[in-house]
Amino acid sequence: MPVNAYPGATDLLRFLPETLLILAGTLIMVLDPLVKRRSSPLFGHLTLLTLIAGIAVAIAGASNPGPAFGGMLMVDGFATFFRVLVMGVGILIVLPSYPFLARQDGETGAFHALLLFSISGQCLMASASDLIIIFIGLEISSISSYVLAGFFRDDKRSNEAALKYFLLGSFATAFFLYGVALIYGATGTINLDAVRRSIGPLRADPPVMIVAAAALMFVGLGFKVSASPFQMWAPDVYQGAPTPVSAFLSAGPKAAGFAIFLRIFLTAFGPIGAHWEPLVWGASLLSMTVGNFAALTQTNFKRMLAYSSIAHAGYVLVALAARSQVGAAAAMFYLVAYACMNIGAFAVVSHLSGRGEKYTDIEDFKGLAQKQPLTAAMLTIFLLSLIGVPLTGGFFGKFYIFRAALESHLVWLTVLGLLNSAVAAYYYLRILVMMYMHEPGPAAEAVEPLSPAMGAALILPALGTLVLGIFPGWVLDFAGKSSELMR
Amino acid sequence: MQPVSTIHYLVLSAALLLIGTVGVLTRRNIVIILMSIELILNAVNINLIAFSHALHQVTGQVFAIFVITDAVAEAAVGLGILIALFRNRETLQADEIDLLKW
Repeated sequence: MPVNAYPGATDLLRFLPETLLILAGTLIMVLDPLVKRRSSPLFGHLTLLTLIAGIAVAIAGASNPGPAFGGMLMVDGFATFFRVLVMGVGILIVLPSYPFLARQDGETGAFHALLLFSISGQCLMASASDLIIIFIGLEISSISSYVLAGFFRDDKRSNEAALKYFLLGSFATAFFLYGVALIYGATGTINLDAVRRSIGPLRADPPVMIVAAAALMFVGLGFKVSASPFQMWAPDVYQGAPTPVSAFLSAGPKAAGFAIFLRIFLTAFGPIGAHWEPLVWGASLLSMTVGNFAALTQTNFKRMLAYSSIAHAGYVLVALAARSQVGAAAAMFYLVAYACMNIGAFAVVSHLSGRGEKYTDIEDFKGLAQKQPLTAAMLTIFLLSLIGVPLTGGFFGKFYIFRAALESHLVWLTVLGLLNSAVAAYYYLRILVMMYMHEPGPAAEAVEPLSPAMGAALILPALGTLVLGIFPGWVLDFAGKSSELMR
Repeated sequence: MQPVSTIHYLVLSAALLLIGTVGVLTRRNIVIILMSIELILNAVNINLIAFSHALHQVTGQVFAIFVITDAVAEAAVGLGILIALFRNRETLQADEIDLLKW
């Protein structure tokens, strides 16, 4: 297929959100040496503006969907949905990072440039329809995240988190790539559509090479979304990384990882679904069980959220195992709800942690409700949503996922998943008991007043969680339409 | 003696994948773990180029160039992280890096 070597205006327009993010990131790197203050809020403002502009451009671009760069990118509803989601995650990360970086005396220029680069990679993952672009997006996102995890160079825990994330992340990428190479050999193409067309006739009895490729890519992506049995990096990384970075890692790369998971497995590998469904089934059950039971015994709040994040990856995999458009829409809805409630919970830890991130244990939440009722109320909303209580986004997320699973006759997975969410209620409720039924401890005594940025960082995700719980149709309709476009 | 065919390249690549995976899982020195990951990436490159040759296409070779570039970027960041860690901890043994429960 001859491709015009020179990109046209349409191509560039469809690539505009990523271009904006990369330009702004580069601009910050250029400006960084010119700004004397180490923790200047200027870069945060610039990042916020860029992300808002990026969301506007991505939404405007959705009115003219189609491929770009000869089929390398596919800007459809699915891509727009995830682009808006990851850039929205970016906004929710920038807000708590203002007071956090000021308190820890962190270099804001480097932080925000890396954040923008990572998000640009995730946007690329969302819109890619060719394995080479998926790979490049994955790596732009991952490599920036490795550096972000080790952002505090002098902090031993941050170093360790970065190293573990880096080693296991690049190991996973290598596996993913090996799968891509096998797909290329078996089908002679790396375009997802063409792969699907070439696998289609082999539906009944696919060659070993294609099944092996699907398995290898499953392992690689499983690492990226921290699904069990590839989850061992997540608790260490989330605990050791700076708190806003942990929040980012648990929402941004995970959402983008699931975007390519859905895109690759439901389009390219769609015809051989019966062969990979048991894999997803097993991984999802294992993630839910390992995540929830390990979270029960944790003493560190960030580590507990890491295990809960593994369990939530399991819930999304249930939707993938359903292998239907309803399932894809449910997964997309869940990722939005999850991003809101999880980033919110991490933002509270970031607020409470104090200089040097001393206070991140569950014990440190003692008596928070007496000292700062508003913060405690916000955390209550996030935790109730993580449990899946009605009127919150988490409830409808789980509801849609398990409904999709039942429609696809995954009765056992649904039953075991529901039992799991009951177990999960225990460790989230423990935090509520700490906040409301204890006298204030040293952390609650030392908590600083809510700054406007921190207030926005708590209220926005709380509003999101409640809106998703009261008017779930708004996002679900959009997700349903977007997953229809995904062939 | 039979000529070298695609299947020979695939066997070589699978062997490299195996050596790399065993290396990552069993070695304790972090630099050697990094080298093992590079071995897997080169296994991927051999595969891509062998397929590219067999299919008479250029796509695989272009992909391999991207993989090489990515491996360089990854190694640069990885060594940077390693140096930051070594300054604080003075060790390169994976099992001594246990501040956070592994």
